[in-house]
Amino acid sequence: MENIISVRNLTKQFGAFRAVDNISFDVAQGEIFGFLGANGAGKTTAIRILCGLSRATSGTGSVAGCDIMTQSEDIKRNIGYMCQKFSLYEDLTVLENMELYGGIYGMHRKEILAKAEAMLTELEFWHHRHDLVRSIPAGWRQKLAFTVANLHAPKVIFLDEPTGGVDPLTRRQFWGMIRRAAAAGTTVFVTTHYMDEAALCDRVSIMVDGRIMALGTPEALISKYQVRTMDEVFRTLARNAVRNE
Amino acid sequence: MRVLRTLIIKELRQFRRNPFLPKLVVGFPLAIVLILPWIANMDVKGVSVGIVDADRSDVSRRITSHVEASEYLRLHDLYADYPSALADLEDGHIDAILEIPNGFGHSFHATPKRLSIWANGVNAMKGSLGSQYLMQTVMRALPTGSAPTQPSFENSEIVNSPLSIVNYYNPTMDYKHFMIPALMIMLMVMVGGFLPALNLVSEKELGTIEQINVTPVSRLTFTLSKLIPFWVICLLELALCMTLALLVYGLPVAGSVGAIFLAALLFIIVMSSIGVIIANLSDTMQQTMFLMLFVVLSFILLSGLMTPVESMPLWAQHFTRLLPPTYMVEIMRAVYLRGTTVAELSGSYLALAAFALTFATLASFTYRKRG
Repeated sequence: MENIISVRNLTKQFGAFRAVDNISFDVAQGEIFGFLGANGAGKTTAIRILCGLSRATSGTGSVAGCDIMTQSEDIKRNIGYMCQKFSLYEDLTVLENMELYGGIYGMHRKEILAKAEAMLTELEFWHHRHDLVRSIPAGWRQKLAFTVANLHAPKVIFLDEPTGGVDPLTRRQFWGMIRRAAAAGTTVFVTTHYMDEAALCDRVSIMVDGRIMALGTPEALISKYQVRTMDEVFRTLARNAVRNE
Repeated sequence: MRVLRTLIIKELRQFRRNPFLPKLVVGFPLAIVLILPWIANMDVKGVSVGIVDADRSDVSRRITSHVEASEYLRLHDLYADYPSALADLEDGHIDAILEIPNGFGHSFHATPKRLSIWANGVNAMKGSLGSQYLMQTVMRALPTGSAPTQPSFENSEIVNSPLSIVNYYNPTMDYKHFMIPALMIMLMVMVGGFLPALNLVSEKELGTIEQINVTPVSRLTFTLSKLIPFWVICLLELALCMTLALLVYGLPVAGSVGAIFLAALLFIIVMSSIGVIIANLSDTMQQTMFLMLFVVLSFILLSGLMTPVESMPLWAQHFTRLLPPTYMVEIMRAVYLRGTTVAELSGSYLALAAFALTFATLASFTYRKRG
């Protein structure tokens, strides 16, 4: 299968601190790729480079066929992005947020409305479309943020800890949405701290101190480290981390 | 274009839902025109005068009644001697003392005795203007020449006075007329400079700018979407202020309204670009506020908005040439009060245009989508 993300020897240096240290990996189209690591391991920095928010110090790579060093604006046309810190404009309604993001990607109003109706109806949220985001519970907001990030049918969606602070039931529903998007051909690049979520990924990488220490399907990693769960795999690797928090 | 329209709609929706901004934007021009001109006023009125009348002649009584009748002076009391008047001056009951020496009235035609005026100089403005008013009042009260005063006819004071002063362009020397154009500039600084800067940095603080930065929206489009709504609001408010100035103070634009709006547009571009630069350089509202305050205060104090540039030290006068509002103050007062044309002020307009271009360029350079 075609690789939609391909990274070779990517490094990001902040002064004397090497946040991302020479990482290389590929992600195939339609794959759910779990990007794991402890706090401070360099996950967010790596995601920011892939999304065109940050410039790599050295290395090469491409996202959706565009070069990460020279074509960052072209990458942005083909990706969706959602992070835990911010999801949607709180002082706009659900529908207004969708109109905003759809409009930014050049979608027509009719197209946005049709798609919003389909997506929100599936979420059983269509009758709340005029609610201000501020008044919506956190779990729902995350699901809506994912819907909005997916509105313009991007080739890749980057999710930076999308389920942080969300209850277990909503997390399961959220992963249902991720799987449906992947089944429809969208590549999902997701970071998480929950190892039960890691087990739901097609493949995962585990970053420790800026380097990728393990890469493979969850089953392969579990058998390689001769443990029973992804949680134990993670702890085996992260135990040796120098950087903490 | 569609992206810009989408973003402007977003800004307008957020503006409408903001609990504070719409009120500010309506209240500010009203305060600017209806309240501030009465406060930001450097006319000195009600200078409290104490008279030490050791003369008790017709002339001294004439002087006293002139002081009493003056619109700018207020006769506090008559004193028997200078020390008791000084005590009241020290206690702050009076602002100035007029001492009329014994024999002043009789000696007037021979070797004149000297009148003395003491003024409290703690408030320098009130002290100097007050003593000047007092001197003028006394001059008017004194009989001119040796001939007995003619039966008075109207305007006898002007006829008798050795000098006749007529103020062109602001004939009544109404300070409000001088201040209103300047206060309109304040409005443009606040609405055109402060508000977009705060709006921009609030997206940074909330982290929402990150979400915009991962989209293909260009930095120019995003910045324009922040500025255009405030430009429109600012020009509408200027129109409102001008209407109110005409209705409330009877102050029309002496020159062309178009000339005012042309200058306003250039000036708003300058101010909002400065706001954007500052917002781009700071990470929090607090930093933006302090930087903006610093810039705006220097602008207000150095541009001739409050005090005339001509009375500044020479080096400061040269420095004011580097500040955009200096030209705006010149244009506003000249067009508003004197009816000067764009052609006559072309230098100032060109300077504003050059500032607009420079700061807009700097503003777009300081915005980074990628760290």
